[in-house]
Amino acid sequence: MNKSRFLAVVLGAMALTTLTQCFTDKQNQGQKLYVQHCQSCHMEDGSGLRGLIPPLAKADYLQTHRDELACLIRNGADGPMVVNGIEYNKEMPGVHTLRKDEITNLLNYIQTNFGNNNKRYTMTEVEEMLEICPVPHGK
Amino acid sequence: MNLRTNYSLKQTIVASAFILASALTYSCQSNSAEQKLPILGSREPVERVVDGKTIVDTVYHQITDFAFTNQDSQRVTQETVAGKIYVTDFFFTTCPSICPKMKSQMLRVYEAFKDNPNVVLLSHTIDPAHDTVGVLKEYADRLNVETDKWHFVTGDRDSIYDMALQYFVGVQEDAQAEGGFAHSGDFMLIDQNRHIRGHYHGTEQEDVDRLIKDMKVLLKEQQHEQK
Repeated sequence: MNKSRFLAVVLGAMALTTLTQCFTDKQNQGQKLYVQHCQSCHMEDGSGLRGLIPPLAKADYLQTHRDELACLIRNGADGPMVVNGIEYNKEMPGVHTLRKDEITNLLNYIQTNFGNNNKRYTMTEVEEMLEICPVPHGK
Repeated sequence: MNLRTNYSLKQTIVASAFILASALTYSCQSNSAEQKLPILGSREPVERVVDGKTIVDTVYHQITDFAFTNQDSQRVTQETVAGKIYVTDFFFTTCPSICPKMKSQMLRVYEAFKDNPNVVLLSHTIDPAHDTVGVLKEYADRLNVETDKWHFVTGDRDSIYDMALQYFVGVQEDAQAEGGFAHSGDFMLIDQNRHIRGHYHGTEQEDVDRLIKDMKVLLKEQQHEQK
C-alpha cells in the first residue's frame, strides 16, 4: 500500500469516527453525568475524601443498599451513613432534575466502574424504585 | 528580489539559532545555580538617607498581621507562622463544588510535609456564620490531620474577606453560586517574611505537584538565609 493511500484510509477512518460520535451523545451518558454531578465530591477515581465524603470505589454500600440508590441520587442524603465500616455524616445534595433513564445510566456507570463489578439496573427497575421514594429530608 | 528574500531568511535562521543557543546556555546556567521563586504583588521603591547618601530599597507586598481562631479554639496569628513557610486557601465546609477537590489536593501537600516543622497549612472559612470552631473541628478530625500542622480558621467575616484580598484570592457571597459563596480554588505559597511566592490552582493535580516542588525550593532558600 502506498503512503498517500494509507493516509487517506487513516483520515477516512478518523472522519467516520468523529461523525458517528456526533450522533451518539447518549454514549457514555453515565460517565458524563458522573463528571457533571458527582465527581467534584466523590473524585475522578471514586475515592471520596477521607472521613468526610464516602468512596464509591469498592463501596459495600452500593450492594447493601442497591434498591435505595435511585432515590438517593434524586433526593440526596442526610444523616449518618456507614460505608466500608466507616461512618460518614455529611449532607449530599440530590439532583432532582435527572430522568429515570439518566439515573439508570449513572447508576450502571457507578456499579461497573471504580473497581466495582456489581449487577446492572434495568430502566423498569429504576422506575419502580423511584415510585416508592421516601419523602425527601427537610421537604 | 529573490536573492534578497533568501538572504533575510538566512539571517533570520542564524539569528534564531543564536537566540536559541543563548537561551539554552542561559537556562542551563540558571538551572545549575540556586533556583529562586519570584515575589508576587506590588512593589515600591522607598528612599532613605544613610550618611548623607540616598539609598533605594524595594518594599514588597507583605501579608499584614492577622488574628483568627482554629479548630482547637487556639488563636492563630502572624506569630503562628513566624519563621515558617505556609500554604493558604479559602473554602467552606458545606461547599459542594470545588472544595472537596481542593482539600484532597491539600491533603497531598499535608502528607508531603507533615514531618517538616517549618511548614504550616492555613485554610480560612469564608462562611464563618456556619463554620464555627466545632464544625471546623469535626471537619479536621474527619480528615485526620494535626492541628498544629493544618489550621482551619474562622473569625470575623470582614477580617477573613480582607485577608483574602491580601492573598489576592477572590471570594464573595453569591446567592447564584452553588452553596451560596463564590471563591477561587487558589493555593497561595507564603514565605517566612510573609511575601507571596507562588500561586497555584488547588483543583489541578499537576499544579499542586508544582506547588510541592516550589515549597522544597523555598525551604532551601530559607535554610540558606538562616545560615
